[in-house]
Amino acid sequence: MAKVTKTRAKSKKKAPKKAAKKTVKKKRCVSIKTKSKVIKAATNAHEEAPGKESPRHSTAEDMALQQREISVAEFFTKNRHLLGFDNPRKALLTTIKEGVDNSLDACEEAGILPDVKVFIAPGTEEDRFRVTIEDNGPGILKTQIPMIFAKLLYGSKFHRLKMSRGQQGIGISAAGMYGQLTTGKPISITSKTSQNKPAHHYELEIDTKKNEPRIILDETIDWPVSRGTKVEIELEAKFQKGRQSVQEYLEQTAIANPHVSLEFATPDGEKQVFKRASKQLPVHTREIKPHPYGVELGVLIKMLHDTQARTLQSFLHSDFSRISSRVARMICEQAKVSERSRPSRIARQEADNLYKAINQTKIMNPQTDCLSPIGEELILAGLKKQIEADLYTAVTRPPSVYRGNPFQIEAGLAYGGSLPVEGLARVLRYANRVPLLYQQSACAMTRSVLNTAWRNYALQQSAGALPSGPLIIMVHMASVWVPFTSESKEAVAHYPEIIKEVRLALQECGRRLSLFIRRRRKAAESERKKAYIEQYIPHIAIALREMLELNERQEHTMVRQLTDVLQRSRS
Amino acid sequence: MSKVKVANQIKETANSVRNKIQRKSKPTLSFPLRSLSNVTYHPKKGFLELKGKKKIRTLTVATVKTFAQTLRMMSQAKTLVEDDEIMTKREAYYVSKNWDDARFDEQPESDTVIDDIEGLFEVNREQLGFIPEEKGGEIAGKLIVIDRDSDGGKPLRIDCTKFGSGAYSIPSSVEHLKFETKAKFVLAIETAGMFQRLVKHNYWRKANCILISMGGVPTRACRRFIRRIADELKLPVYAFVDCDPYGMFNIYRTLKVGSGNAAHINRYFCVPNARFLGVTPQDIVNYKLPTHPLKDVDIKRAKDALKNDPFVQHYKPWQDAIKQLLDMGVRAEQQAFAVHNLNYVIEHYLPEKLAARKTFLP
Repeated sequence: MAKVTKTRAKSKKKAPKKAAKKTVKKKRCVSIKTKSKVIKAATNAHEEAPGKESPRHSTAEDMALQQREISVAEFFTKNRHLLGFDNPRKALLTTIKEGVDNSLDACEEAGILPDVKVFIAPGTEEDRFRVTIEDNGPGILKTQIPMIFAKLLYGSKFHRLKMSRGQQGIGISAAGMYGQLTTGKPISITSKTSQNKPAHHYELEIDTKKNEPRIILDETIDWPVSRGTKVEIELEAKFQKGRQSVQEYLEQTAIANPHVSLEFATPDGEKQVFKRASKQLPVHTREIKPHPYGVELGVLIKMLHDTQARTLQSFLHSDFSRISSRVARMICEQAKVSERSRPSRIARQEADNLYKAINQTKIMNPQTDCLSPIGEELILAGLKKQIEADLYTAVTRPPSVYRGNPFQIEAGLAYGGSLPVEGLARVLRYANRVPLLYQQSACAMTRSVLNTAWRNYALQQSAGALPSGPLIIMVHMASVWVPFTSESKEAVAHYPEIIKEVRLALQECGRRLSLFIRRRRKAAESERKKAYIEQYIPHIAIALREMLELNERQEHTMVRQLTDVLQRSRS
Repeated sequence: MSKVKVANQIKETANSVRNKIQRKSKPTLSFPLRSLSNVTYHPKKGFLELKGKKKIRTLTVATVKTFAQTLRMMSQAKTLVEDDEIMTKREAYYVSKNWDDARFDEQPESDTVIDDIEGLFEVNREQLGFIPEEKGGEIAGKLIVIDRDSDGGKPLRIDCTKFGSGAYSIPSSVEHLKFETKAKFVLAIETAGMFQRLVKHNYWRKANCILISMGGVPTRACRRFIRRIADELKLPVYAFVDCDPYGMFNIYRTLKVGSGNAAHINRYFCVPNARFLGVTPQDIVNYKLPTHPLKDVDIKRAKDALKNDPFVQHYKPWQDAIKQLLDMGVRAEQQAFAVHNLNYVIEHYLPEKLAARKTFLP
């Protein structure tokens, strides 16, 4: 499910171009529905089991009567906690995250530097808020608006190995649906694709039974912007400051996305602007084929069966990334399978050998143009923009692979300055540029931070705890496929490759940090020594003046000469 | 060493420091190293003497504070010498409170600096005007001390037989005293208790001697006083101390050859002709004295003496005595004779020992 929603988030804005893909998506929906149905059926069977006294057992036919399709919208309505709508506070954050991430994806896709505005206004009742997210993106075609905003699982990227944002686990339509469920108010969308065209204004509801949009209002209005999209949702929510708040999310987003300008207004009317620190948009990423190291035996067998290649060699070469004909030949030799054999005729035993041969052959890392790391320079820019510190450092590791999925780890540190000296370091986690605010302790990134021996880098650290000191540690994982521990997409799973890469990045940062801290300590020490010398030199001069009956001028000369002698010896 | 000479020496040192500073090099002060490893025993001279190992204190960041304090204390000494004034170590510590950052926090710090200066000029601190706080020991018996009246400088004759049950206290400075006596020897006693017993029964009359209570390790003044009596009146000195490593090496050895810590002044503060009357390990056997087991510190001290003390290394009888004591594993106090009879020590022990002076340990 995690996957589905992620895909959706990205796809919505691009949907106009690919109406055709809809069918594919629908198929996906169906598969999920089927799954749910099975679960439901199982539940029924279970309920029936204890009722042994009941004279009548259900027959397969009875059961068939009860088995019916469940709309994905109905499923999400019942299971909204899976999608980040557990409580009113988190619902507000999830809604805004979804909206902002959609906006950023759309802007970046269109090559526009994003200007995103987030407003939270008091709603019609006390525990309700009206959230507005407005961007300067490419806009959305009129015909696509209802589908994107009022139909769940409308996306395009589920099957593609390509880096995308979409961490939140639910599309904006889920947010709209949540609003509709808690307040009864429709989602309101205004969008404009170019200066010369009128803006479209929609008010939409989801028909949760059919998972289809219901149009409440459809009009053309005058909107004094050149282009962009504005989404308004009224929902039951709780506005809070501090940890895991909307503000923290925006602040952390600003750090990892220095090319973004964010404007934020709270229900109390407070305004905050996160200014843009760079005009450099993230590099466009490419879709890739799977890397052989990450493919499991079952998948390999399936791929062998499905491929259109005629020979094993060409199959390896064309269906995987980073396998040249030469490497393909080496793999075949190693597996003792003819390179000319037909892929679909490969027997199970041979497939097993092939699988082993792949893992014994040295294959280049997957190409990196499918990843778009933030980059050391921009991490520094982001940190400097939001955090006042004395030392900033960042490391972008070379791409690596877990289970055949390329990923890249970046780490950044900010130390000293206005950061609190007391207490533990703060860890900022990102997956594909999106801040992860929940489940810190379950995350592989946190594990790596904890397992790094910070004491080697001139910091204090109690056993099993974060290092302490005026420190912010930032970790970013960019990948075509971020392995989350659960549907809520809040923590990265503990793959050894990921933990290792994070550790290496942190260690590099740590080395720079320790250099800085030691240098600073040395400077402080040297300053202290200087003061110390200056404290006692006059006494030497006084004593000598007394013993040798010198005059004051001679005493002063002596102080100067002594200071020279000692300073020289110090350096 | 005359006062003028001391003052000039201080000035000379100050000048050398200044010259170094003017030549833009780091000034240094060199002190004799104060430890047992830097002393040798010269049987002819009769005291522990410095071997000449020096510790050089160079002015660096780490030493700047002590360096400043040493120089200021030197300046203070020069003033004292020139003004013919005296100052106790405690007073020196309080005077330093005027020195702002260079003041001493605790007296041991200022004491160390004074000891350093003492070594630097190879004089005793009394010659620099610093007098010790400590009391010097007590005298009873056939001795007339000729002191001066502190007002007019008139000679004062003090008869040490005339203190009744009390005693004459050795002043902190003894250089100006003169002596007269008809006694045959000096008995230097470790504890005030034993001293009291001997005074009470006028032992000095019976044995025709001078009794001195050292009260533990003899002070410099006490050592100097005994030395002057021994030299000027040509009297033998016998030490009567507990039979343990402390009595033998901290008290007796210091009395006879001086201390390792202040070896630069031992020539004045030692009594080379002193002999060890008792209590010896053999006495414990002979007189069946009650004993205590040796403590760990006693054993350590005894072994250390065997290994490092140049005095012990020179005298085979002492090495044998220590080994005997270590083998017995016990110690005995001089007051242990009370087990036989309160006055056993007067009636039997001392007369018997004095009858066989050849057996005294060196």
